[in-house]
Amino acid sequence: MTMGAPRFWRKTQSRYNLYGVKCKSCNATYFPPRKICPSCRRASKLEDVKLTPKGEVLTYTVIRSAPEGFERQTPYIMAIVKLDEGPMVTTQIVDCEPDEVEIGMAVEGVFRKIRESGKDGPIYYGFKFRPARADKDLAV
Amino acid sequence: MKMNKVAVIGVGLTKFGELWDQSFSDLFVEAGANAIVDAGIDGKDIDAIYLGNMSGGRFIEQEHMASLISDQAGLNPAPATRIEAACASGGLAVRQGVIAVASGMHDVVVVGGVEKMTDITSERVTQTLITAADQEWEAFLGMTFPGVYALIARRHMHEFGTTREQLAAVSVKNHANAKDNPHAQFRFDVTVEQVLGSTMVADPLTLLDCSPITDGAACIVLASPEKAKEFTDSPVYITGAGQATSTIALHDRERITVSDATINAAKAAYKMAGKGPEDIDVAEVHDCFTIAELLAIEGLGFCEIGEGGPFTEEGSTARGGKISVNTSGGLKAKGHPVGATGVAQVVEVVLQLRGEAGKRQVDADVGLTHNVGGSGGTAAVHILEK
Amino acid sequence: MRPLTVGICGYGVYIPRLRIRAEEIARIWGGDGEKIKKGLLIEEKAVADFDEDTATIATEAARNALKMAGIEPAAVGAIYVGSESHPYAVKPTATIVAEAIEAAPVMTAADYEFACKAGTAAIQTCMGLVGSGMIEYGLAIGADTAQGAPGDALEYTAASGGAAYLIGKKGLIAEIEDTYSVTTDTPDFWRREGEPYPRHGGRFTGSPAYFKHVLSATLGLMKKIGAAPEDFDHAVFHQPNGKFPRNAAKNLGFTDRQLKEGILVDRIGNTYSGSSLLGLARVLDVAKPGERILVTAFGSGAGSDSFSIRVTEEIEKRRGRAPAVETYISDRRYIDYGTYVKLRRKIKVAE
Ligand SMILES: [Zn+2]
Repeated sequence: MTMGAPRFWRKTQSRYNLYGVKCKSCNATYFPPRKICPSCRRASKLEDVKLTPKGEVLTYTVIRSAPEGFERQTPYIMAIVKLDEGPMVTTQIVDCEPDEVEIGMAVEGVFRKIRESGKDGPIYYGFKFRPARADKDLAV
Repeated sequence: MKMNKVAVIGVGLTKFGELWDQSFSDLFVEAGANAIVDAGIDGKDIDAIYLGNMSGGRFIEQEHMASLISDQAGLNPAPATRIEAACASGGLAVRQGVIAVASGMHDVVVVGGVEKMTDITSERVTQTLITAADQEWEAFLGMTFPGVYALIARRHMHEFGTTREQLAAVSVKNHANAKDNPHAQFRFDVTVEQVLGSTMVADPLTLLDCSPITDGAACIVLASPEKAKEFTDSPVYITGAGQATSTIALHDRERITVSDATINAAKAAYKMAGKGPEDIDVAEVHDCFTIAELLAIEGLGFCEIGEGGPFTEEGSTARGGKISVNTSGGLKAKGHPVGATGVAQVVEVVLQLRGEAGKRQVDADVGLTHNVGGSGGTAAVHILEK
Repeated sequence: MRPLTVGICGYGVYIPRLRIRAEEIARIWGGDGEKIKKGLLIEEKAVADFDEDTATIATEAARNALKMAGIEPAAVGAIYVGSESHPYAVKPTATIVAEAIEAAPVMTAADYEFACKAGTAAIQTCMGLVGSGMIEYGLAIGADTAQGAPGDALEYTAASGGAAYLIGKKGLIAEIEDTYSVTTDTPDFWRREGEPYPRHGGRFTGSPAYFKHVLSATLGLMKKIGAAPEDFDHAVFHQPNGKFPRNAAKNLGFTDRQLKEGILVDRIGNTYSGSSLLGLARVLDVAKPGERILVTAFGSGAGSDSFSIRVTEEIEKRRGRAPAVETYISDRRYIDYGTYVKLRRKIKVAE
């Protein structure tokens, strides 16, 4: 797939920093952002919200037959992650072996290259998720 | 909502498979001619054409294919319209044909479904099929179509204890049915061991959990009950039609393991026909992957949510079981020319209700078809009766 | 004379998780793994995964630096990313980082290239901008996914990793007492436009290049600030291999004890623009308030930037907010040479 630069660029902050929207009428949070709250419709009061890149694996698979541009990454893990703040996102799980991933595993966001538009086109970046580090693992 | 019932007076199919000699329009013309001959009508009797097609634009770089096929079939100047809803394109085309006849707008319409998938590389086919998912938030990230259904399968196994063997049982059953279908792509048996042992595509789904890449076309002729009497003494009637929509992205679904579009479409169709799941004798359901058949039979109410695995494993969906599911071999073994599938499902149920299904004939008075687009963003259900 | 009020408000690092052992590379090219390990004083190197590049390493390091500093990203007035492996030949890495840490849009940004010392050049630029009052905070990053030609001696060391330093005047975890640079035109190592791998002058990279510049910059700095080797608790020299920094230290009169905390090359390889900065980060991870650190970077082509840094009381409050160098080093997975060439695009695949 060769997605043109504008289509990616207009969602940069959602891809880089998990910007979604929160409906002030019903308190629901959506990611990716929507223009209307499907529950409140005309009564929607949406405002941008930066979601915390932490959550857990709701389900996962290991892609062994990859689409164009992902051939060098096989086998790679794709998952649906349920963010702590509610919304679910489809994401690649990195820094994790196929036999290590499991449902319920705590994960955290990491900035990675998502794909390239051919060898001379734009490079697209964004969030992926990796196994969460415990706070105690941060120190020396 | 009560609908004027609509008669199916003719059905036609091509062979399903890798049809190297046949072009997109060749396929439609062959299926269309078979349906018209079956109906006993003439081209000039046709008031309108509805064509289900998922992605001529990507598979053969042809848009505007309604004009192409009408022209090639010699049906000009009848209005020809293409309908697209990914893998549910065929089912939605049937629905548009039903609406056209039931409303009184047209007396006789042809509904076709066609897909020519083998003119491009299988990598390109993979890319094209994933356009049925959310391009920006699923496909863009490296997701594949088997991958999406694998996410469902993994979660289904987690929530309900569905086993790998139960998923494989869907493939085994559908291959056994396809063996008796001369139009099917795969006319051979597979075993549970073979399904489990075949190449892993997207864990936990193997190659034999997946429907194949298929060329093929299907066609039906619909008419008002009055008009139908001019051509046949034994029409099959479409008495219920339901369609529903859900989120395009799997991650936005309220429950990943439940197809709410299927449940809602089925509810509408059952209500319209005055039937319930217990009344259905034969069903063609959307088994693009083995897990999809479990979601289908659960959503259609043939068994409880989460019970699809054991229900299948104990043989309840086999020919002559509690309800015969995918007697044609289903998408899995008959083949899945995506835009044709929803129409081909109607062809199979009509043949079953007419008693013309040959070696795979079951005892059936009421049938159902169920066609899904993407991971469940669209579902179409039709109920057919003698 | 620059007022001595500029320093480090926070730093962050990122080292990819994949490692390849020296003997695995030697196995493929018929080298003697043990001899090479002894000769270069290197065990293994960090390798970027397929979806990691200078922009992702720089961004993760920058996010860690901001976490440690605890400042609003919008307060960052400049971002400079030093690297010899920017993902684009034309289009800045710094804009990607700026957007990813939400420092954009009211700020300035640019990419630097000066072989292995582009990151320290970025620090000096930020010192000037902050010191002059033009900006409140500047982010200086050195990051690389360095490549050596298959079979070349560089392949044993050319590694991936990076570090980011937030330069400011307030809330310093370390003061930069002074800096001193030496620059000459010395073609010891280069990569021509459009070429995938660098070339180097073999032994010419030693005395006329690395040692001449590292020694003269370090001596120049010490003379300028009136310090001697024994006045420093730690010393970090650019680490193209394990031998060069040790020889430079010995030559200058620094001891193994002073070098110990900042030597990383044996475990992660030469991270090029990240090398001296990761070494400094490793020292800052363990340094006590009041300790003094000497850092001298070297970039081929050639030049050296030398710094004298003094750790403040503040550092102990900020530790543990972001992963330490050792956190990244201990989280590792070994790959074989086949996986390495697949990930690093050294083999052609049908695309
Ligand atoms: Zn709302």
